[in-house]
Amino acid sequence: MSGFIVRRTLAGIAILFVASFLTFILVAESGDPLATLKANPHTTQAAIDAASARLGLDHSVFERYWIWLSHFVRGDMGNSTQGGPVEPQLWQRLGVTMKMVLPATIIAAVIAVALGILGAVRQYKLDDHISTTLAYIFYATPVFVLGILLKDFVAINVNNAIGHTVVYTVGDSTAGFTGGFGARLVDDVEHSILPVLTLVLVTYAAWSRYQRASLLDVLNSDYVRFARAKGVPRRRVLVRHALRNALIPLTTVIALDFAAIIGGAVITEIVYGWEGMGQFLLNGLQGPLTPDVNVVQAWLVVTAAIIILFNLLADISYAALDPRIRYG
Amino acid sequence: MAEPQRDVGATYGTAATEYAADRAVGTSVEGAPEDTAGRSQLNLAFHRFIHHRMALAGLTIFVLLVAIAFIVPHFWKWGYAEITPSFASGPSLEHPMGTDTIGHDLFAQVMQATQTSLKSAFIVTVLATVVGTVIGAIAGYYGKLADATLMRFTDLVLTVPLLALLLVLANVLSKQSSNYIYIAIIIAAVLWTYLARLVRGTFLSLREHDYVIAARAIGARDRRIIFRHMVPNAMGPIVVNATLTVANAILIESALSFLGLGIQPPAVSLGNLIANGQGSATTEWWLFAFPSAVLVLIILAVNFVGDGLRDALDPRQTRVRA
Repeated sequence: MSGFIVRRTLAGIAILFVASFLTFILVAESGDPLATLKANPHTTQAAIDAASARLGLDHSVFERYWIWLSHFVRGDMGNSTQGGPVEPQLWQRLGVTMKMVLPATIIAAVIAVALGILGAVRQYKLDDHISTTLAYIFYATPVFVLGILLKDFVAINVNNAIGHTVVYTVGDSTAGFTGGFGARLVDDVEHSILPVLTLVLVTYAAWSRYQRASLLDVLNSDYVRFARAKGVPRRRVLVRHALRNALIPLTTVIALDFAAIIGGAVITEIVYGWEGMGQFLLNGLQGPLTPDVNVVQAWLVVTAAIIILFNLLADISYAALDPRIRYG
Repeated sequence: MAEPQRDVGATYGTAATEYAADRAVGTSVEGAPEDTAGRSQLNLAFHRFIHHRMALAGLTIFVLLVAIAFIVPHFWKWGYAEITPSFASGPSLEHPMGTDTIGHDLFAQVMQATQTSLKSAFIVTVLATVVGTVIGAIAGYYGKLADATLMRFTDLVLTVPLLALLLVLANVLSKQSSNYIYIAIIIAAVLWTYLARLVRGTFLSLREHDYVIAARAIGARDRRIIFRHMVPNAMGPIVVNATLTVANAILIESALSFLGLGIQPPAVSLGNLIANGQGSATTEWWLFAFPSAVLVLIILAVNFVGDGLRDALDPRQTRVRA
């Protein structure tokens, strides 16, 4: 097992290396950060040269990648084109995004398991049909449509009904908020409700179908029928025999879908005006001084590293849960 | 090394699970025993498909939407770029979906946008399916270096969130052109990897079948074995995945356009129409509601068709989400 982990980690680092090289070239070649500066007729050549030297544009793209890489491996993510180091911004924004992504993943998983069990146990009953229909609808709804819908139609009505703002539609926290830890937490939760709900709804749908399918598969297996036949109570068969096995495949699906959730979070952040990783990426791609290679690179490496980590955890948990899986 | 199967199909669908599960939508795949005597595979699949109520409903809605989007604009009184005398007016007989703040007729725009989405989804699907099938087949059939190269490449694609990868690519391209064909090509450039993994997985198991070994024994050339014998047998998963690629492509294109990196105004796409409607979703609700409803309807219809095809052709597959 430890050999497997080492091998996968090394493979992950290799992938990160190649991915960082390819995106660096793509992003660096996609435009000129100094385009606006050069478009101004009053800019002197000296000023352009100075800005060019500050951003390292006087080197070839391969040299620039090497400069970036040699700094990066020493823990220096460089400066953004606007000036100022990338790194503190990145961690702060990662925190903001995780405030949305982690609760959404956990809640979606819980809902998916619950509805998956409901659907399998009460197959073809009315509640199964309702949950199936809802899953299909949420599965077909794009993140941004759902986000706008919740924000402009649901949240505003909820707030009006209660009489004051309980569900915030913009930002991840109140700017300049002062208050104790408890009040701070309440404020955070009130800001997170909508984005988290949006991500949960677009995510849980596929997972609940998957959980339902895998539980149905197990419930129709011989050992479950045997357990019932020898007189084990229905509930005990479900919890002790069936569910334990039926949960295994979902752990892999959840870990693999983590990349998709982060992708969905990019759009959710835009809809709800969160200053998270998604906006960080978009700012690096579009804006006055873009492409901002260091910003995009930092985003990519951190996100990809998280995804590789999750995939590795999925494989490990898979082996831990299912004794038939062995890694050599 | 027994790594758990990471092929798209294998990860998402253990044999017969989805099969059993999606009968809930109203199919009769396992229900009544089928009369299989004297019928071809295709005939059987067709039979199963037309008895799949939701799939049929999905197909009907899809065909209807395509017909409206491509035929009605020729007869409609407003063009999608035409500025009508009334602006920001709600739905009426004159403008069934209302007009935007400049005065464009939203119905004409939604039809045009649907055309754009469908055309780009079509290009994506054809490109991704052909490229994915050929490369997946080669990797699965020859194994070794071809296989290792493909798998490492798909690892690379799967490591970066699909949307971020496309944002970067679209950003490079949108500097040159925001034509829907370019957008379609970059989406296909990423989506083919999913199909390649699927076909590779299928080929790995098909390779060991007796008829393949027999074909090789009588001296058939590789190309003949791959395209005459193995591809037809892998057709089920390929067709099902192609359908789901249509839905994925539409979702991705609209997301890119929504973020301003896909199709740019004055060209219309459902994504940029929705982005337009977002600002005034509460006051001019129709600007948001109609494009969104059409988008959801298309995806829903395509997903139902995909489910029906899966039940009819290939019970083991399920879909991937972008």
